[in-house]
Amino acid sequence: MDALSQIFTLSLLTQTVRISVPYALAALGATISELGGVVNIGIEGIILTGAFCSVLGNYYSGNPWVGIAAGVAGGVAVALIHAVVSIKFRANQIISGLAINILAVGATKFFLKFFFHSSSNSGRISAFSKWDIPLISKIPLFGDLLSNPLILLAIFLVAAAYVFVYKTVFGLRLRAVGENPECADTLGINVFLTRYAAVLISGALAALGGVWLAYDQHQFTDGMSGGRGYIALTAMIFGKWNPLLAALAALFFGFAEAAQIQLQTMGLDIPVQFIQMIPYLLTIIVLAGTFSKAASPSADGVPYEKE
Amino acid sequence: MADKHFRFFLIQIGAVLLSILAAFAVGAALMLLIKVNPLEVYWKLFEGVLLNPYGIAQTIFKATPLIMTGLAIALGFKAGIFNIGAEGQMIVGGFFCAYAGFSLHGLPPALHIVICAAAAFAGGLAWAAIPAVLRVKTGAHEVITTIMMNFIALALTNYFITYYFHLPETVHTQLIAPAAGLARMDSFVHAFRGSPANMAFFIALALSACVWWALWKTPYGYETRAVGLSPFAAETAGINIKKNLLFTFLLSGGLSGLAAMNFIMGYKHYFEEGFSQGSGFMGIAVALVGQNHPIGIILAAFLFGALSHGTLVINALVPKDIIQILQALVIIFVISSNLAVRKFYSAVDSTPKAGQAKVKDQDGK
Amino acid sequence: MTSLTSDEPLIIHMSDKETFEIELRGMSKKFGGLYANRDATLSVKKGEIHALVGENGAGKTTLMKLLYGMYRPDGGEMLLRSKQVRFDSPAGAIAARIGMVHQHFMLVKTLTVAENVVLGQEIVKAGIFLDSSLAEAETALLIKKFNLALDPKALAANLSVGEQQRLEILKILYRKADILILDEPTAVLTPQETAGLFAILKSLRDEGKTIVLITHKLKEVISISDSVTVMRQGRTVGSVKTAGTSESQLAQLMVGRPVVFEVGKKPLPAGELETRPAVLEISGLKARSTKGHYALDGFELVVKKGEIFGIAGVEGNGQSELIEIITGLKKPQAGTMKLNGELLGLANASPRLLFDKGVAHIPEDRHKRGLVLDYSVADNLVLGRHREKTFSRPALINFDAINDFAGKMTTAFNIQPQRFELPARSLSGGNQQKVVVAREFSRQPKLLIASQPTRGVDVGAIEFIHKKIIEARDAGCAVLLLSAELSEIMSLSDRIGVIYRGRVAGIFSSGEATEEQLGLLMMSGAEKRLKA
Repeated sequence: MDALSQIFTLSLLTQTVRISVPYALAALGATISELGGVVNIGIEGIILTGAFCSVLGNYYSGNPWVGIAAGVAGGVAVALIHAVVSIKFRANQIISGLAINILAVGATKFFLKFFFHSSSNSGRISAFSKWDIPLISKIPLFGDLLSNPLILLAIFLVAAAYVFVYKTVFGLRLRAVGENPECADTLGINVFLTRYAAVLISGALAALGGVWLAYDQHQFTDGMSGGRGYIALTAMIFGKWNPLLAALAALFFGFAEAAQIQLQTMGLDIPVQFIQMIPYLLTIIVLAGTFSKAASPSADGVPYEKE
Repeated sequence: MADKHFRFFLIQIGAVLLSILAAFAVGAALMLLIKVNPLEVYWKLFEGVLLNPYGIAQTIFKATPLIMTGLAIALGFKAGIFNIGAEGQMIVGGFFCAYAGFSLHGLPPALHIVICAAAAFAGGLAWAAIPAVLRVKTGAHEVITTIMMNFIALALTNYFITYYFHLPETVHTQLIAPAAGLARMDSFVHAFRGSPANMAFFIALALSACVWWALWKTPYGYETRAVGLSPFAAETAGINIKKNLLFTFLLSGGLSGLAAMNFIMGYKHYFEEGFSQGSGFMGIAVALVGQNHPIGIILAAFLFGALSHGTLVINALVPKDIIQILQALVIIFVISSNLAVRKFYSAVDSTPKAGQAKVKDQDGK
Repeated sequence: MTSLTSDEPLIIHMSDKETFEIELRGMSKKFGGLYANRDATLSVKKGEIHALVGENGAGKTTLMKLLYGMYRPDGGEMLLRSKQVRFDSPAGAIAARIGMVHQHFMLVKTLTVAENVVLGQEIVKAGIFLDSSLAEAETALLIKKFNLALDPKALAANLSVGEQQRLEILKILYRKADILILDEPTAVLTPQETAGLFAILKSLRDEGKTIVLITHKLKEVISISDSVTVMRQGRTVGSVKTAGTSESQLAQLMVGRPVVFEVGKKPLPAGELETRPAVLEISGLKARSTKGHYALDGFELVVKKGEIFGIAGVEGNGQSELIEIITGLKKPQAGTMKLNGELLGLANASPRLLFDKGVAHIPEDRHKRGLVLDYSVADNLVLGRHREKTFSRPALINFDAINDFAGKMTTAFNIQPQRFELPARSLSGGNQQKVVVAREFSRQPKLLIASQPTRGVDVGAIEFIHKKIIEARDAGCAVLLLSAELSEIMSLSDRIGVIYRGRVAGIFSSGEATEEQLGLLMMSGAEKRLKA
């Protein structure tokens, strides 16, 4: 019991949220793209691009909001490449995603050297100052967390993604396009436009995950996405392509990592490698089980061809 | 008709060459953006890679694992398996290879080399076994499971190196026994001096011939291609598709594992994290650009190998990451051109056959 | 194949003064260089049921998809209510009050009935949100008005075939279409269900709706349509009033030459069947479908040497599962199967094993299960036999032997073009099917499972395949025939079994049963004996 109370501390909570936010945002992006029928493995590269562009925007403007806008724009631009390759040219979406990831690593380093004359990190940026929202900041435990505008934005986006997918006209069409694009087409729904929108939204969300990373560390570092895009994909699968569940899965993965760090500081050394493996092992187990099979959209990864 | 096949072949090659050109054009634009003269860079690249023996040797060295992973991935593709796990399989193969290399002593070189190669093959095969069995038994799609296995391979080998096998003061294992080392080419081609290009290259070429033979000349290959093109028809015709998938997947894993020998038996003689340098992922690009054909794969491996060596050649002129950008762009342009190739071909191939107008089945199948 | 000497269409009832609801002129559509429609015309008057007939691949569906905005024409003009129109997508056609029920139902299985109905024309609240309750209410109203018996909240995935079709019609009615296009709507229906559908169509026509019915069943054309347009090889070859035509005239137009409806089959001598040995004996067969319920539930069947046993039934009553079990593709939950008196361990049966025991299989979907479309015709002709000593050693395939064999087969089965190095994909549907038939017959099977053997092939190939099946039967092969075309079952079979909910509901000798009797049994599983 004593050990437990030592583990469950404020810092664990903060850590969990800090780690989970990029997972969750990217997982939302991946989910929305796949619900529309486009597999987006390029999430990893989009996170990286988002992080870099946000630093660039923030560094040169001195305004964190401009940084966010720049990050999102960068992510959407990369997502647009994936969208054109996957939707217009009907290429293999997985290979396109992998290529995007390679491209993002190369391009961010290329421009890192050009803008910051370093091959490892950017100059420092200032992130948001805390918002002092009258009531919220007084909430015990959560008050501090909820004073961070990016966290508020993330929470809002999780809820918004859920409502968007299940309660709006566009969400209905999105799911129809991912499930049976030919049917949607015959009903006058523009499959291509819907899919473009889905991929671009996914780019914006994943890029925000990258913004979070960069703002959390007050700089861009080489390869800072660090496989988070893939964790986001596992969260999506774990969450059965439901935005809310995907975000919860992201929270769970974040918690596991935070707990490992916590245990380490307590001298209880679980090798970090085993903690790192958790999401991957869980995903394999989930995929091996039967229950997730029906969850993936029927036309996921299948390019739509119109005569 | 043979000439029709040939025409299609030419169209495909043309598309790949155009894609490469397009990638270089975009690369040039990026360089202009940061006020670097692309012509200077490309000339330097050409000069440094192709116009001197060391560059060629380095290209051979870099191409060797790419040929193997490219073959591994192409073999999988033929059966309809998307083995993105070549990277992880290569890492585990490398670990096994190194272990067999440093834990055994006093063996005759030929035997030790075979044992190490077998270990590399076994390691890759073992790592492919999990996604392979899952695919066959539960239908879990290998794209995701192999990606997961890549991360697990990284974490596990990292764990073993960190906790058990690292040589003190280093992050790598001990050296493999000299008997397990592969001869370097510069020991008999003087001009290649300094380059670790080694015998693994010839093994890669031999493997290419084997894969070609297996796929196009044997009943196994006939079945494998049928399974990849039309699994249901293959199943209905009595082909055991699960057995075929499992076997092909394991073979693909084994080939990926072998790719580790170039570095471990031919170059550094130890295992260290990151030794694979993404060859498993680049193998996907190699298979793709090489159109899943062994000859195409060898050529594509040379392209990507040359680019990879080119990083060092152009480093002084432009951020070397331009090479990675070029590689990614080649992939993007090649996959984007496939559709155009299909359309172009069907337009060329449209002459009605035997005077009879064939119309598309009405349900658009 | 057949060549048409005169390209002049036969147009009887059209005159320049008439105005039409739909007028399509000179429509052309190419797919990869081949014409699916070439100078096709169609004129439909308001408030009529207009049948659009033609063989498979004649271009009927393509023409309607052009009208519906799913395909873009390569040439021609379309007039709707005397105004020129051009649709870039179905959205435009829907706005012009055109609705289409596709042959393959277009439903989103993960959505509810109401969501499927409103999809594309959703009821919106607050600008972007779905008004689900209003959608369900409106759907319920329509269901009641047209007596379609559906639950608005039911998931589309859980609907039966008939319900799915009613949902498709509901979708069109929700969109207030004036023009309804139905593509082979009766393909999956029993004669009685067909009659029900036709009653609905007639009442819709009487309300002033214009209906285009795509079909290849001439009997239906005569019974329901007001006028009819015939297509062949992408062109319109005739347009006539139904009242002034006959089945045989239409058939001749469709094919381009006189058609013999009879198959040359000698009936089995009376009483002789009992004395023949059984080739296939199945008893107590139980098997779950992919959805989990028992698709076969105590199925019994005996097929004797030298007979054609036809199985009639509405799709989804266990036929697919039955074929998959007999060919080793699926394991049953219970039951036994004997082949030539030998009991087979069904749990271990594989396609390979049954293949070796002399079971040949013409699969219902040749694209999916019959052929590797990207393999050459030669490679397809040995598919499954490729490991035989004639064709290969363990490490080397004997391509010369395969080519020799392919040369003989393409000649014997008149596979056109006779170039076995072409990919199977490049052949017409009929010739593709001949490749499958040639391969399966070349093995001299003891038992032939023929599932939809003539689906989607031209009349010439149908006649050829029927002839081959009868030849096999006369040579002593036991044939199990499954077909959605009741007429095919009735003309070929020596005995007919009706399958209903995974059981045999009744068995008839050739000539004993009428279409109505079979239809009743197919639909309800119970025979209504009017006389006895």
